[in-house]
Amino acid sequence: MLGVLRSTGIAGMVSAVVIAVATVFAAFGPTIAPYNPDLPSLGLAFVGPAGGHLLGFDFEGRDVLSRLIAGAQSSMLGPLAVVVGAMALGTVIAVVAAWRQRLTDTVVSSGLDILFAFPGILLAVLAAAVFGAGLTAAAVALAIAYMPYVARVLRGAALKERGQPYVAALEVQGSSASRICLRHIVPNMLPLIVAQATIMFGWAMVDLAAISFLGLGVQPPAPNWGVMISENEPGILQGYPLPALAAGLCIVAVVIAFNVLGERLFLQAQVQQAQAVRR
Amino acid sequence: MLLASLLVASFVIFAALYLAPGNPITALSGGRALPPASLRVLEQRYHLNQPFFAQYWYWLDNALHGNFGLSITLQENVSSVIAARMWTTGGLVLYAALIILVVGIGSGVLAALRPGFADTSVLVSTAVSAAVPSFVAAIVLIALFSVKLRWLPALGNGTSFWSNVQHFTLPAIALAMSSLAIVARVTRAAVREEAGREHVQTAISRGIPARQLIRRHILRNAAIPITTVSGITIASLIAIAAVVETAFSLNGLGAYLVQAAESKDLAVVQGISLVLVAAFVVINAIVDLLYAVLDPRVTLGSRAQ
Repeated sequence: MLGVLRSTGIAGMVSAVVIAVATVFAAFGPTIAPYNPDLPSLGLAFVGPAGGHLLGFDFEGRDVLSRLIAGAQSSMLGPLAVVVGAMALGTVIAVVAAWRQRLTDTVVSSGLDILFAFPGILLAVLAAAVFGAGLTAAAVALAIAYMPYVARVLRGAALKERGQPYVAALEVQGSSASRICLRHIVPNMLPLIVAQATIMFGWAMVDLAAISFLGLGVQPPAPNWGVMISENEPGILQGYPLPALAAGLCIVAVVIAFNVLGERLFLQAQVQQAQAVRR
Repeated sequence: MLLASLLVASFVIFAALYLAPGNPITALSGGRALPPASLRVLEQRYHLNQPFFAQYWYWLDNALHGNFGLSITLQENVSSVIAARMWTTGGLVLYAALIILVVGIGSGVLAALRPGFADTSVLVSTAVSAAVPSFVAAIVLIALFSVKLRWLPALGNGTSFWSNVQHFTLPAIALAMSSLAIVARVTRAAVREEAGREHVQTAISRGIPARQLIRRHILRNAAIPITTVSGITIASLIAIAAVVETAFSLNGLGAYLVQAAESKDLAVVQGISLVLVAAFVVINAIVDLLYAVLDPRVTLGSRAQ
């Protein structure tokens, strides 16, 4: 694991550190936060950084830094749920299509083409209209919208694995299809799956924050980076942009980290696959 | 494929909202108890007593004739709501698409042909702007250009054409920001690959002037990947426009879709979703058609790889 990280270079390691910090905040945010993130004091609304409050106060006079740290939880867990859901669905569909080939593969491929007609945000807005605004509905909708992208990339990789001689050898030995898929094909695609999941985490974070910004995701007063941008937008027009910008910066930093790390892992996965084929 | 996508999309949109909790009769009567006779009239008028697929068929048939039903909150025809707001979203997406094509492809070509400072600065700036979500770009642009420098208005639509352009400039930049970076990167890679090919070396040795070389030999061949990525990113703007419209208080389709979803105005949600998905699918289909124009080897019906 450490070896993999080291080989992604300085940019990759810096990204990993950013992700690790965000993860720690997501796990222990409410206990680390220096002040109570939910305690308003209207007299302090939009007051700048002062004595121990490094980033000042938001529109209701709550400590911005504490809200950023506590908000990491919903801002990171939401994308995690989306990625896990999309990867699980996409991997199963890709492997089944590549294994059965013929009709199954044709049906799956054209089904995926049709699913591409739904942009993620639109599906999430539809879900909010049906099930009511909330993080769960948005996360499920995004997982379904991302699934075709996962399935398309992994289907190609699974088809390549399917054609490898070792698969034919295992089949001749009488291994069951599910055993070959679960114990051999999926583990061999793991570098690609991890890389894809890393890049997708960045997308999911942007889209979920956008949905929360629209008021259809995490509901205020719960702390969340997307919510913080929309609730502090009036401050920008009043000449006090710090709370909204700080929340935006958190999102951008984490997204850049996931993008950079994902790209590096992707290159490595491709190199590994090329080497495996040559061998 | 185009029709299949649209049909499935329309079915999903209808079915999702058909399953939504809440009785349409209660919504129509405003919660009052109605005598059975009027209930029956309502059921008949809105085909509520018919099976699911019949209802879907009536809805689709009406939608194809431009009738999306009545907005409960506005008491107005959904189609006139859509018609009134369509130009905001269309103009915004078009403006952003223009920025993406001009700046994205331009900086990509520049980066590919001028290694060194130009290349590095394009690479660095695209790496950052690719990760900036539209709503973060929106607040940064408002804070900088509207509040601090007072160059451009922050919120709302304009009244005349010129003030419209002014009002749409910041939203279009916010919308274009991350797509622009992707287009620039793909353009750079495609042009660089093409410029290293043997036929280009041959053309250089034949003394073909640089301008003609770039236009006829490099760009023409690099056009396919550039078209693909431009088409995909521009189509995706249609959905993201909802976020930008909300951030800048523009009265476009997307912003109204979000309001309708909050107030559970289902007819509006169905109508606008259908229009947006249709626009998305149609743009993707146009990109497929463009392949055949750009590359004579591609015949319609097969996909360019």
